[in-house]
Formats: sequence, C-alpha cells, structure tokens
Amino acid sequence: MSEVVFDRIVKTYQRNSIRALDDVSFSADRGSLFGLIGPDGAGKTSIFRILATLTLPDRGQARVSGWDVVKDYSKIRQVVGYMPGRFSLYPDLSVGENLSFFAALFNTTVQANYDLIKDIYRQIEPFKKRRAGALSGGMKQKLALCCALIHRPSILFLDEPTTGVDAVSRKEFWQTLGNLRKQGITILVSTPYMDEAARCENIALIQNGKILSINTPQKIAGEFPETLFAVRSNNMSGLLRDLRGMSGIGSCYTFGEFHHITFRQGIENPQKWLVGELESKHHHEIEFMQVQPTIEDCFIRLMKKDE
Amino acid sequence: MRTILFLLQKEFRQIFRNPSILRVILIMPVVQLLIIPLAADYEIKNINLSVVDHDHSSYSQKLTAKILSSGYFRLNDFSPSFNKSFSEFQKDNSDLILEIPSGFEKDLVRENKAGLFIAVNAINGMKAVAGSAYLSGIISDFNAEILMEWTPPVHPASVAGIQVVPSLWFNPGQTYRFFMVPGVLVILVTMVGAYLCALNIVKEKETGTIEQINVTPVKKHHFILGKLIPFWVIGVFSFSLGLFVIARFVYGIVPAGSLLLLYLFLSVYLVAVLGFGLLVSTYSATQQQAMSLSFFSMTVFILMSGLFTPVESMPVWAQWIARCNPVTYFMEVIRMIVLKGSTFPDIRHHFLIVILFGTVFNVWAILHYRKTV
Repeated sequence: MSEVVFDRIVKTYQRNSIRALDDVSFSADRGSLFGLIGPDGAGKTSIFRILATLTLPDRGQARVSGWDVVKDYSKIRQVVGYMPGRFSLYPDLSVGENLSFFAALFNTTVQANYDLIKDIYRQIEPFKKRRAGALSGGMKQKLALCCALIHRPSILFLDEPTTGVDAVSRKEFWQTLGNLRKQGITILVSTPYMDEAARCENIALIQNGKILSINTPQKIAGEFPETLFAVRSNNMSGLLRDLRGMSGIGSCYTFGEFHHITFRQGIENPQKWLVGELESKHHHEIEFMQVQPTIEDCFIRLMKKDE
Repeated sequence: MRTILFLLQKEFRQIFRNPSILRVILIMPVVQLLIIPLAADYEIKNINLSVVDHDHSSYSQKLTAKILSSGYFRLNDFSPSFNKSFSEFQKDNSDLILEIPSGFEKDLVRENKAGLFIAVNAINGMKAVAGSAYLSGIISDFNAEILMEWTPPVHPASVAGIQVVPSLWFNPGQTYRFFMVPGVLVILVTMVGAYLCALNIVKEKETGTIEQINVTPVKKHHFILGKLIPFWVIGVFSFSLGLFVIARFVYGIVPAGSLLLLYLFLSVYLVAVLGFGLLVSTYSATQQQAMSLSFFSMTVFILMSGLFTPVESMPVWAQWIARCNPVTYFMEVIRMIVLKGSTFPDIRHHFLIVILFGTVFNVWAILHYRKTV
C-alpha cells in the first residue's frame, strides 16, 4: 500500500525558465523510510513542498495518504508533519512555547503526545525556557522535529534534517528516525550525504530534477556493473591527473583517501599494468585494491551517464 | 475560535518581547504629538525687516515703531540707502524692505497723501505673502490713526465706513495646535497600523514560519485575524494615549463631540488601514520591500490627506487623488468631531467610504494572499 505517490510531476519556477522537477515519479510504502538522495539544487525541496501542500505542481499528480495534494490539501495538513530544511520556528518564543503553540494549532496538547517525542524532547528539555533562536544547530533540529511530531502525524516529511549537524547528532537523529518508523510512521527524508542513504529502506537518487534510480540501497549498490578499484600514492593530485590521462582507465574520481577507478575492457592483469605505468611516472608508495561499490559510486556513475 | 486565541496569545507574547515595537507604540505617539504641532506652525512670525528711512521725521519713527511692536517683524537693519539694505536682501538676511522717502511727513501733512515703498523677498513664498500683507495692514491702520488725529471728533460715525468684525467659530483663538494635534493623531494611527501589520506578516515570511503555519490545519482567515486583531488593539491604544494624555494635558484639547462616535470611526478606519498593511505584505517578500512600499505610499497618503494643506485648495485632479485616500476621511472626521462636535449624520458619508476602503483593501489582500502562498 503506497502512502506517498508522486506521479509524473513537473514543476517549473520563474515563468518556466527553471525546471526544478522534470517528470518525477516515485512512491513510498506505508511505514517505510524513504530517502531522497541528491546534491543541492537537485529538486528535493520542491518535492517536499508539493507533498506538504505548500506549492502546486505544474503537471502530474501527487497523493499523500490517498488524498490529492491539490484538492484535498486540508485533509493532508491534518496528517503530515513537515520539517523544512531551514529552521522555521519562532526564534523569539521559548522552546516550550514553540512546542505548545504548534500542539495548540493541531488542537492537541504536549502532554497528550509526550510519549512520541519523549526520546528527543528529553535532550532539549533542560533548555525549555531558552528562546528557540538561541539554541545550537543540533538542538534547533531536535526542536523542529518535536514540533513536526507533536500532533502525532502518520507521515513525516524531513527536508535535509541533518545538514549542518555534527556527526554524533546525525547518528542520534537517524536512530530516532528508526524508532519512529517502528511506531508506524511513514518517513520521507532527504539528504545530500550518501553515507546516510544506507539507513533508508528505499532510496531515490535525484539529480537536476530527474530521478536517476529508485531501489533499496543494497540493490542500487549491487547494480554497479563494473569492478571497482581504489588506488593511492604519495602524490594524490598528480596521480589523479596521470590516471585520467591513461587510455586504459574508464573512470576516475577522488573518494576519501583514495581515487576510485574502473578499467576499460581488454586489459589483462590490470594491477600489474597499472602499477608498472605509475612507477614509470615516478609514483611511490602505491596502494591498490578492489573495493565494494557504495551508493556514492553509483551516484557518480549515474550522474556521468546522465550528462 | 480556540485557534484564534492561541494565535493571539503568541502574537502578543512576541510583541511584548520586541523592544523596538514597544518603543514605537509608546514613544512615537508622545514624540510626534509633542514636536509636530509646535514646530509646524503656519503663523508666520519673525519676518526680518530692513528699514530705509530717508525722512527721519516723527511720523516715520512712529510708523517704524508700530510695525516692530506688532510682534511679527524683527528689525534686521536700519540703513541709510536702499542699496545697502538690498545687499542684506541678497544675503537672505532680510525678507522685507520698507523704504520711507524723504519728505514723507511733509507730503502727508501738506498734501494729505504720501508714498511708501515695500520690496518683498519672494524666495519663501509663504513668508513673502504673509509679510507684505501684515505690513500693508499695519500701514493702513497707521493711516487710519493719523486720520483720527487730524479729523476733529465731531461725528465718530463718519470716520469708520463699513467695519468687518469676523467671528471665528469652533477655534476662536485660531490656535493652530487645535487644528494640528487631531491631524497628527490620525497620522500616528495610520502609521502604527499599516507599518507594524505589514512588517509583522512579512517577517513571518522571511523566517519561514508562515510555511510552518501553513502546513497546519489553521485556516487563512484565522491567521489573518490573528494578525489584524493585535495591531487593531495597538492602534486604539496609541490613539487613546495621544488623545487622553498628550492632547488633553499638554494642549488642553477636549473633544467637543461624542467620544463614542470618534472611537467607532477609529475602529472602522483601523480595519481599512490594517487591510492596507496586509495588502502591502502580500506584495513583499522581505521586510525591506515592505518598508519601502509602505513608506512610499504613506508619504503620498499623508501629504495628500489635508493635514497641512486643505484638500479644497488643491487642484481638481489632486482633489481626486485625495478623495481616493482613506487618510483624508479620518482627517476630516477627527477635526469635525473634536473641534466642531459633529454628530453621526454629518459624517455618515465618511463612514460609508471608509467601510468601502476597508472592504476593498482586505478582500484584495486576502485574494492575493491565496494566490501567492
């Protein structure tokens, strides 16, 4: 049963000159954790704004919980929680005031739904009297999530909730999302960080308003059609230049402390060939190994293919 | 209904936490009402006068003394030649030159007729017109006095022909402040209503909180009422502060007409002004845009409202603009009620027009708000 359906949506801005979403379709099952993965400007926020009934699609149809985002927007607003990418709570109201204000707008109280937000709220409760504008980045995100959850929504839209948050808070945040999922809440989350994608059940890779691929993270990674290797040497920038100059190398890009490469067809014993080539170009301390493709590798490959 | 209460609670909390809004509400009425009516005075005083007396007679001295004792003129210089005074004129030190020709007294006594020369510096038109009028008035007074001296008082009635004694109604002392203070009150209410309302809504747009509210089940009209009501209350508060504290205790102005009627009109007028603020907010994305937009329109509204220059003395095309300006109507009504004690039948047209303004602004704003957000 699909809880969120996005069907051939087109969205343009500035009198059709900017195409933010170009024929985008996907669907997310009830109770699933669905990730929208893509760089800045890919169109993730536009998808959320359409689903949250804040903007209208130019073409196509979107449904949330069976309701149409255009006709039944008021029904949708009762059941979704939306956390925008930018902090959008009242900076001049305190943590507690923000929370009870949003609870009141949904005709409920903080006490009635305390069990749902308990895990997160406990962490910011010591600062209950502090103005929301004076909180740190991570605490702002936690407060925003509490405010999005306070009316017990059945669907949660989280637009880049971990952008600008430290590594520890990010990890905690994803654990929280896992707990919420166990309570039956459908979660749609976007992130520019590929490493977070593996925590989702299904992911959609998005680039320039188009969906490159939709699948489980494992399948997307498993679909990588070539064998992937990692190389490094004492001179990494020179190595990248040299690798790109070699005709036997299919693709080459920086990946953490290594460069990831694939070979063109028809090279026998690529390791011996490459090491020989590199040593002739005065590279030392050469390390070479085969690696498992990650989602980021898939993303880079799909992006290049798209171009 | 409950939702509106929560929205109002939140709004007032934010207002009372914002020191700059509090300053605007509390200090602006006081400062505006203390400064503008006292400074912007239409009575022209301190006209600088140069006297060139070629006669040096008792009459010429008497005339000069009479002019200077009127209180409107200040002697800039007493010079022997017109050219010397004219250089003062060119330096803009002097506004008027009175030249008394030699033989002024002799001609007056012998031929019963004498000439005087007045030169007016017309750079400041208002000062020039008023100054030469005052001076002519004093000179003709002087003329009458001399006639009285010479004519034996046999038939007093024969001296005066037709005497006109104006009777000034509603503001017997022609006190400029009584006219100005109610006008400034109107400006105050207009600015508080339009600016604060527009800026507040645009601020929600800027911080993105308006979107957070939009994804809740809060209805558009709830949200808009939650914005209009607080600023309506603030407008009424500022007005009352100005009327009951400053106008009464500083200027001694007590409305001649019904307070109830005045507040009834204020209530309707504020709805129109807040509607205008709302309209500005729907056309602006940032506070800066809202500020420029409302500043531009407020300037036109205020200058075209009849605060300083009566609408009736504007050219016909400008009168049409003034008639399309809600401020004009409250400006007229407040002066009618406060000074004249007008009653409802006198201002019912004003009521209708301001209700029309309120409807147009608010409906327009709500329709446009729906389209944009």
